[in-house]
Amino acid sequence: MIPEIGHFALILALLVALAQGTVPMLGAARGRADWMALAGPTAVLQLVLMLTAFLALMQAYVVSDFTVLNVAQNSHTSKPLIYKISGVWGNHEGSMLLWILILALFGAAVALFGGNLPATLKARVLAVQAWIAIGFLLFTILTSNPFERLLPAPENGGDLNPLLQDPGLAFHPPMLYTGYVGFSIAFSFAIAALIEGKVDAAWARWVRPWTLVAWCFLTAGIALGSWWAYYELGWGGWWFWDPVENVSFMPWLMGTALLHTAVVVEKRDALKVWTILLAILTFSLSLIGTFIVRSGLLTSVHAFANDPERGLFILLLLCLTIGGSLALFAVRAPALKSGGLFHPISREGALVLNNLLLATACATVFLGTLYPLFLEALGGDKVSVGAPYFNATFLPIMAPLVVAMAIGPLLPWKRADLPGALGRLKVAALLTLLAALMAVYLQRGGPLVAWLGMALAAWLFAGALTEWAGRIKLFRAPLSESWRRAGRLPRSAYGMTLAHAGLAVVIAGITASAAWQGEVVRIMKPGDIAELGGYSYRLEGVETHRGPNYTSDTASFTVLRDGREVTVLTPEKRIYDVQRRQTTEAAIHSTGLADLYAVIGDADGRGGWTVRIYHEPLVPWIWAGALIMVAGGAVSLSDRRLRVGAPTRRRKTAAAPA
Amino acid sequence: MMKRKHRRLVALLIGLTALAGAAALVLTAFQENIMLFYSPSDLAERPPQGARSFRMGGLVEEGSLRRLDGGLTVEFRITDLAESVPVTYTGILPDLFREGQGVVAEGVLNGAGVFEAREVLAKHDETYMPPEVAAALKAAGQWQGQDGQGEDAAEKSGGGSAQ
Repeated sequence: MIPEIGHFALILALLVALAQGTVPMLGAARGRADWMALAGPTAVLQLVLMLTAFLALMQAYVVSDFTVLNVAQNSHTSKPLIYKISGVWGNHEGSMLLWILILALFGAAVALFGGNLPATLKARVLAVQAWIAIGFLLFTILTSNPFERLLPAPENGGDLNPLLQDPGLAFHPPMLYTGYVGFSIAFSFAIAALIEGKVDAAWARWVRPWTLVAWCFLTAGIALGSWWAYYELGWGGWWFWDPVENVSFMPWLMGTALLHTAVVVEKRDALKVWTILLAILTFSLSLIGTFIVRSGLLTSVHAFANDPERGLFILLLLCLTIGGSLALFAVRAPALKSGGLFHPISREGALVLNNLLLATACATVFLGTLYPLFLEALGGDKVSVGAPYFNATFLPIMAPLVVAMAIGPLLPWKRADLPGALGRLKVAALLTLLAALMAVYLQRGGPLVAWLGMALAAWLFAGALTEWAGRIKLFRAPLSESWRRAGRLPRSAYGMTLAHAGLAVVIAGITASAAWQGEVVRIMKPGDIAELGGYSYRLEGVETHRGPNYTSDTASFTVLRDGREVTVLTPEKRIYDVQRRQTTEAAIHSTGLADLYAVIGDADGRGGWTVRIYHEPLVPWIWAGALIMVAGGAVSLSDRRLRVGAPTRRRKTAAAPA
Repeated sequence: MMKRKHRRLVALLIGLTALAGAAALVLTAFQENIMLFYSPSDLAERPPQGARSFRMGGLVEEGSLRRLDGGLTVEFRITDLAESVPVTYTGILPDLFREGQGVVAEGVLNGAGVFEAREVLAKHDETYMPPEVAAALKAAGQWQGQDGQGEDAAEKSGGGSAQ
């Protein structure tokens, strides 16, 4: 009964979306306030219906209702409750449901918190949101119904892939989706602005916080995903330039660019057309990301053709959304008046450079990710594009971006004095040199890029702090004065400093892990000692344990430094009961400066075990840095939220300095 | 303040330079880093020239897996049931590496006709056949399984296992 309610709610949601997508749009065109007013309530109703559908599916998972095909395929009674719940979005149909739920959530948020939006803009934005919902609801209902029944019901389910039975991965998809879908708001605002023919500072003030929310979630989602890959796959790596990773990274790159140009639109009334285009591209990449992963298109063009109905639908949906919005852009964008002028050497100029580099980097990732698909679709060779390609293209583009990132925030709007800004970075330059020298000194045979990466990290970190210190006149005014200024600095300024400094920390972590990772692979018997990175790992033994739905071989390593015990690492090898799959559970001890990482492999039949031990310098910094970036976004957002309610007042003040 | 036309020209020039630079990067990187896929039959017909690394996929031949002295190096054969190629690999095999299962290895062919694998990839899903392997088996006329298995599980496991 409950699954039917869910199914019914889904169909109702489609009907509501149809109303939400047409009536307010027509109302905005004809100036009918009563028609436009329909947008808000329908958006909220949409959320209620999607929530009903989602909870209905979740209920089926929690009580293990195997008469529902989706549950039977992906769940099992012996699974811990948290993975029964996360199992809801661990499969294609359920994840689509989650996607639309988040879409409805964002739509309702605009409806509820958008009281100050001009009525026509609000109506149009919500109508465009509804169009997206219509596409996805049709797709779900027609090709991927999560409520399909299975009769007679099997005795037990097929279980969730054990690799996905992990707390990190339980929350990775919702985060990622919130990021992807959050960009739909920027997209809807862009389309609404194109229809309206107007982009102004108030528009940008509306788009920015939503983009920032999406960006924060996407950053956190990607970081969580890579953390999962790091500890779960047991390869000691955290980013593989795998297509699945790349498709989530592309909207991040574009979204980051969008975040920065939105500032220019808001503050300087320039770069409007480009911002609109970025909003469209960012969401398009999010769509491609969602579909490409879910359709199996990435593994092969043939996998895509396995389900022709679904594949065709996806292709059609992508063409309609991306093609349609770009066509609208081509027709309407020239009509948008471009605003403030600026010299190439200025804050605006620096942000343009940021955008060019980010967009270019995104394009190279796009090419590398999709080239094998295009080639195969055209009947060419089967090829794969691996990490070396991405390292060779992406990194050289990012390096100048990082160099510019320290300088850009020091440049004033409109027209800047570059030598003056560089002069302020003397201390930063000194620190950079120091970091590079230290990296060379510590290197001992590492690659040349190691000191370059460390120098970049130091440069960016010091640059971010320089900018902050300059704003509060640190060491130039009495400390009490600096303290007062620090307190009055807008939160968005802190947000930027944090985000940039966070990226610097990430870069340091990436560089160190790429350059100085140590690895030992060998056979060890109990009592044997392996030496790595200044630590001794003594294998004590391997025992068999029983978990809730798996059995595991658990090894025990005592880690010693200078004869003193540091920690005990217990890597596992698990065999899950239902699917008889084996997973590797790495054991990781973090010292803050490095991770000690151990994995247990197969027994050699003569009392020994294959083991793999990694010494991962600075790797924890990657996630710490990502966390700082997200915190920066959140801090900036807390500033926005206070002021976002006053776009009209803001417009007056903006007019004065311009 | 610059004139609008002038500003546009500068922006355009910078943009074009960036584009040209990126294009050059992409092209050289493509030239050096694209890896072709071979099935054992392909390898028998037209072996790759030079010492370039490539990917090879097929099934791990039943009964072919053995550990060499020291225990870390393993030897096995990859087959498409028409031809088979000996492979050596040093390190821990992936969780799902089994005899009779699909596998893709990355490495170089040495002078003795042995494929020295640098990496061995087995998808983290037992019902899942790497698409290249399925195609290779079909090409060799040995395909018996059904298409489209494990679509959902395969997608996420690709997340990192593929390298």
